[in-house]
Amino acid sequence: MSTASSGFKLSEWIFTTDHKRIGILYLIGSIAAFAVAGIMALLIRIEQSAPGPTIVSDAFTGGDQYNVWLYFHGAAMILGFLIPGLTGFAANYLLPLMIGAKDVAFPRINALSVWLFWAGIVVALLTFIVPDKPDIMWTGYPPYSVNTAGNTALYVFTVHLMGFSSILAAVNFLVTIIYMRAPGMGWNQLNMFVWSCFTALIIQLIFVPVLASAVTLLLFDRYLGTHFFDPANGGDVLLYQNLFWFYSHPAVYVIFLPAMGIFYEIFATMAKNPIFNYKAAVYGGMCFIVLISGEVWVHHLYYSGMPDWLRIGQMVTTLMISVPVGLMTISLFGTLYKGAITFNIPMYYGTAALYLLLIGGLTGIPLAMTVMSVHLGETSFTHAHFHFIMGIFATFAVFAGVDFWFPKISGKMLNVSQGKLGFWFNFIGVNITFWPLFIIGVEGMPRRYWDYSQFPAHFAGYHKVATIGAFIVAIGMVLTISNWIISAIKGEKAPNNPWGSNSLEWTHTATPPGPGNFPKPVTVDADWTPYNYK
Amino acid sequence: MKRAVSAMVLTGLGLSATMAGAGEKVAMPDPAASWNTLWHHVLLDLFIIGIIFLAAGLYWVWKYRATRPNQIGEGPKLSKIAAISFAVVPSFLFMADDFFLAAKGWTVWNEYRNVPRNAMEVKVTGSMWSWNFEYENGVTTSFVVDSKEGEGLVVPLGKPVVLRMTSTDVVHSFFLPDYRVKEDLMPGRVTYLWFNPSKTGETLATCAEFCGNRHSFMWTKVKVVPQAEFDVWVAKQKQGAGA
Repeated sequence: MSTASSGFKLSEWIFTTDHKRIGILYLIGSIAAFAVAGIMALLIRIEQSAPGPTIVSDAFTGGDQYNVWLYFHGAAMILGFLIPGLTGFAANYLLPLMIGAKDVAFPRINALSVWLFWAGIVVALLTFIVPDKPDIMWTGYPPYSVNTAGNTALYVFTVHLMGFSSILAAVNFLVTIIYMRAPGMGWNQLNMFVWSCFTALIIQLIFVPVLASAVTLLLFDRYLGTHFFDPANGGDVLLYQNLFWFYSHPAVYVIFLPAMGIFYEIFATMAKNPIFNYKAAVYGGMCFIVLISGEVWVHHLYYSGMPDWLRIGQMVTTLMISVPVGLMTISLFGTLYKGAITFNIPMYYGTAALYLLLIGGLTGIPLAMTVMSVHLGETSFTHAHFHFIMGIFATFAVFAGVDFWFPKISGKMLNVSQGKLGFWFNFIGVNITFWPLFIIGVEGMPRRYWDYSQFPAHFAGYHKVATIGAFIVAIGMVLTISNWIISAIKGEKAPNNPWGSNSLEWTHTATPPGPGNFPKPVTVDADWTPYNYK
Repeated sequence: MKRAVSAMVLTGLGLSATMAGAGEKVAMPDPAASWNTLWHHVLLDLFIIGIIFLAAGLYWVWKYRATRPNQIGEGPKLSKIAAISFAVVPSFLFMADDFFLAAKGWTVWNEYRNVPRNAMEVKVTGSMWSWNFEYENGVTTSFVVDSKEGEGLVVPLGKPVVLRMTSTDVVHSFFLPDYRVKEDLMPGRVTYLWFNPSKTGETLATCAEFCGNRHSFMWTKVKVVPQAEFDVWVAKQKQGAGA
């Protein structure tokens, strides 16, 4: 995966300010987080495959072991894999290439971002070394996170490091997109992926500081004896939950938007079609999501004791998300209409994404309704819902994205049969894993339980099926990721533009792109768009 | 294309509206029953939208496969009016469905939050990791998960029960799956939920907000008994406490 002319030097990678190398460093770090968090998922699934202790020692210490797995799985998947995989790896590698820029606006700040990210990964991994392992879930609700014997500081510092990394990256890329587009490139000529990152990074810039402040107050409560969240001394438990979800719901769009952006690129390229109703998707979809993303967080607090009027008000705003998401969906589906679709690994994931988007999106609607959520919330229905839309849809976007741009990044072609085999394992596995959880969720199976002996015996059967599914996914993941590594080393040499794309990263760069990206400065005409195939 | 999409979406909405309109409220509020009815309507609504989109997507994926190398797609270039219509019309359709669902949801929500006047009040205290109940007449009960000893929550059939809840330590959530309701408990605030015990027999309430090591074990029996039996039980509990 070298973009250098000479051999491999570690220091050249560590101290690099080249956005392409920084992107690859993000990819390696996020895949590492993904792998460890994936192992946690398997442990969780094995434990849940039967009621009573399966791999935890016994009923009294079992929770302590299990809760660490849950904590790490959630925190690492969101903060260590999804956000850095999309706005770290994909945005870093692709944005400057797509807009025809030599690099980002502040290359050294970009290097600092990736260092902070790696430091965050290291701090997160300390979970497995320290004796007082964090056990507070990725949400870290007080008073539990203040009272627990587990280590809350590791959680807070992980969030701080990842948060600073995200804020710096957001500023950097926003400036890059605004000021460094190739001469002649108007806002309506941008790639969908550029728009999706632009909107996601605005959300990132606005809301990450809120999360940072919430966890900082938590740190003070825990270690300095303040009482922000302690009602016995005038604090309030709900304050944290409000601050936390004021960031963490918009964070969902920081993941969702770039994931959609990747699928738009793949659909347009593989169908050789322009984006269907581009402006509706950009302004009515993505930009509207930025506006509405901060007004819906109470749907995470529907049964937390919030005032009734707020629970109703934000039910309406939450349901309204279907408008921008619906416009984006119509645009995504419409891009296929009358296309000339070529099927390859990225398009396999793209087709699966149509289905995942519908299942994940539509199961969000009952959860958006206050009264439905009062039963379905905190059950495995919720768990299956957000795994479909955030976990699987976004992970498939990362996989599809790596597969799609792999020839450009590595200069090699992927092994097609292994890639397709991996896809089928992944796709079949996720369905076997999460459909049973939808079903028992409606029957009342709560989340974050390792033992469920109090519930009807048939729950165990559903959990067993889900566990089998998880192992099928694991095989798919190994096939997919090993394919990247093996193909990067000894894959067939890639042509310059194997998919016949019209986007600048394919048409105007070497493979892989060298330092400075473009051999000649790029300018574009008024009628140029990345999707103009005629 | 345009006509096809709008026709599909319109049909979907029309159908769902007709179906959902069928559910009528019963005189005696029974939130769990209303929840079940609403759930079926919502499922139908989602099913219709999902099928329309999935069918269109899969059909197009299949129909518009490239048939020769270097083929270019023939996707329509939308006129200004078409583009605006394709944004505005679906937006209003989605919003119509949103408001429709919100109204339906709000109606049932009002049942959930308006406690009937004749409701029996029970104070619930959650602690890591057990539930404790205190009745208006001073009777207290609890339930020990490991030994399965204790009565848990005992309530009379057909009489609404309102739980006034708080926590002594961390956030918990009192989740009654059979009555389709949950509400969090936390120190420093009193929250409430009510339910209508509609069937005799035992069910369970379990903690639904992560609370540490024994979160999975924080549950209690909930027993619904006929009023007469309940009165006998209360008398016995009082006697037991007095002796």
